[in-house]
Amino acid sequence: MTSTSTTLPRPAGFSLDLRLQQPLLIVLAAAAPLVALAFGASWVRVLDFALLYVLLAIGLNLVVGFAGLLDLGYIAFYAVGAYTWAFLASPHFGIHLPFWIVLPLGAAFAALAGIMLGFPTLRLRGDYLAIVTLGFGEIIRIFMNNLNQPINITNGPQGIDMIDPLTIAGIDLSRNLDLFGMQVPSLVLYYYAFLGAVVLALVLVRRLQISRIGRAWAAIREDELAAKAIGIDTRMMKLLAFALGATFGGVSGGLFAAFQGFVSPESFSLMESIVVLTMIVLGGMGNLAGVVFGAIVLTALPELLRHFAVPLQVALFGKTLLDPEVLRMLLLSLAMILMMLWRPAGLLPARTRYAHREGRKA
Amino acid sequence: MITLLESRTVNKRFGGLQALTDVSLKIHRGEVYGLIGPNGAGKTTFFNVLTGAYPIDGGEFVMNGAELPAGKPHRIVAHGIARTFQNIRLFRDLTALENVMAGHHIRTSAGVWGILAQSRAAREEERLVTERALEILDYVGIGRHADTVARNLSYGDQRRLEIARALATEPQLLALDEPAAGMNATETAGLRALIETIRADGVTVLLIEHDVKLIMGLCDRVAVLDFGKKIAEGTPAEVQRDPGVIRAYLGDHRAH
Repeated sequence: MTSTSTTLPRPAGFSLDLRLQQPLLIVLAAAAPLVALAFGASWVRVLDFALLYVLLAIGLNLVVGFAGLLDLGYIAFYAVGAYTWAFLASPHFGIHLPFWIVLPLGAAFAALAGIMLGFPTLRLRGDYLAIVTLGFGEIIRIFMNNLNQPINITNGPQGIDMIDPLTIAGIDLSRNLDLFGMQVPSLVLYYYAFLGAVVLALVLVRRLQISRIGRAWAAIREDELAAKAIGIDTRMMKLLAFALGATFGGVSGGLFAAFQGFVSPESFSLMESIVVLTMIVLGGMGNLAGVVFGAIVLTALPELLRHFAVPLQVALFGKTLLDPEVLRMLLLSLAMILMMLWRPAGLLPARTRYAHREGRKA
Repeated sequence: MITLLESRTVNKRFGGLQALTDVSLKIHRGEVYGLIGPNGAGKTTFFNVLTGAYPIDGGEFVMNGAELPAGKPHRIVAHGIARTFQNIRLFRDLTALENVMAGHHIRTSAGVWGILAQSRAAREEERLVTERALEILDYVGIGRHADTVARNLSYGDQRRLEIARALATEPQLLALDEPAAGMNATETAGLRALIETIRADGVTVLLIEHDVKLIMGLCDRVAVLDFGKKIAEGTPAEVQRDPGVIRAYLGDHRAH
C-alpha cells in the first residue's frame, strides 16, 4: 500500500487518505476477479474462498474481538450452515429449497448452536472458555462424521455431494452467464454474490459495533465486573454475541456448501478454527478493516506459496526442499512471532474511537 | 426523613470468616452517609454485597420499600444503585465518552433489530445518549477529555470518569468506595466539591473513606464498622467522641 496526500504523519503506516480510501476499495473489490481471471480461473476460486473466510472472520471477530470471548470452535457454526444447506438443497433427502429459505435457516440453526455453546460457558473466561469451545467444535464435527447410523443423516465421512448451487433470481451461479454475448464465468458470478454478502455483513456488524450493544460487549471485554456494576446483563450480552457471531458462520457455511457442491466433516477440523482466529489476530482484532485484510492475506498466502515456492526452490537448489504446505505453516508461525514482537495488536490495530459515530459517517 | 436504603441484619461469611454480622442501617434520601472503620472492617464487603457482586448470606437490602434482588448486579443497578471501585475499574481502552455512554446501557432500550435496521428510534436514542454523556463529562469536570482513552487520563480524572460512568446509570444512590484514595489535597478538595454538587442535585451518596477530614466535612451521618459489626452510628462529631470507635481505631490493651 502506498501513502498519498496525507499531511500529518500517522502512527499506523497503512492508512490512506480517507477521501481516497473508499472509492479505491470499491474499484479494487469490483475489479479483483477480472484481474485474477487474467492469471487463470483458479485465482478467482481463491478470491471466492477468501470472501467466505472474510465472512467467517467478521463473525468470529464479533465474538473474540468485540466481546472478548475466546472461541476455538467457531468452525462448528460454519459446519452447521453448510450441512443445513446440504440437507435442504440436495438429492440426499430429495429436498430442494431455494436459497432465501435455506440460508436464513442455516443462519438460525447456527445461532441456536451458538446459544447452546454459550449457555454452559457463561461463567468461563479466557483459557477455560477456549478449551470448552474447542471441545464443542470437535463434538459437532464428530457428530457429522458419525451420524450415518443407525439412520443415515449426514452420510458420515463420505459427506454429501451434488448439492444445489446458489440460484439467485433464476440465475444459476454454477453455470457461466451469457451477458449480452459476453461469457461471465461461474466463479466470477459467485465472487460478486459473496462480495454482496460480505458488504452486507460489514454494514450490519459496524452498526452493532457502534451501538449500545457494541459498547456493552466492549465493556464486558474490558472489565466484566465493572460491566455488571453499571447494569449490563452480561449473560444476555454474551449469549447475543455467541448467537450473532454464529449467524455469520452459518451463512458462510451455507454459501460454502453451494459453492463447493460437496460437504464432508473434514472441512470443519480444528485447524480451520485456528486459521480463522489467526486471520483476526494477524489483521487486528476488533478492527473490521484489519479482519478483512487478515482473512484475504491468509487465504492468498498458501496459494501463492503453492505457485511460487516449488519453482523457486527448484530454480535455486535444483530440487524441492520444503513442501509448500510445510512452508506455509513455517511462514505462518514466523509471521505470528514477528507480529507479537512488533505489532502485537495486529497489522491494522483496532482504533479506540469506535464505539460511537464520529463526525464523518461510518 | 425518608429512608432510601435500609440494610436489615445483613450477614456475609467467607468460609470460617464472618465478614459482616447483622449489619443494619438506614440511609436517608438526600444525605451523604459515610461508612468508616479500620482496614478489614468489612466496608468494601458491605458494598459488594449491596451491589450484588457477592451473594448475601443473611438479611436483606430494601430500596424504596422494595427488597433488592441479591446477587444480581445488573438488576440492582436498575433499582437505582450505582457504585465505583476502590481500585479504579474503567473500560481502559475505551474513550472517556464511550465509558460514560456504556453507563447509559441500562437506561436505553435499542434492540438488535432496531440497531441493524438503524430505525429512527435507535438513531434518536444514540444521539441523545451521546449528548447526555457529554453533559455528564462536563458535569464532573472532564468534558475536554471526552475523546481521551481512559487509561491515558490522569489519576484524578480517572476517578472522576468512574463517577461519571456511575452517574450515567441515573442512580438514586451513588456508592463511592474510597474515592479520595491516592489523591493530593487539591484533588480531594475538587472531589469534595463534586460530591456536594451531586448531593445538591438530589442523589444520595454512600461513601467509604479513610480521609477523616473529608468524612467529617462532607457526611451528614456516619456508621462505623469493626470486625464486620456496626459499632457506632451518628453525626461525625458524635462518632468521633464514641469510646468504642476510639478503641477500634487506636486499640485498647486492657480489653485483651
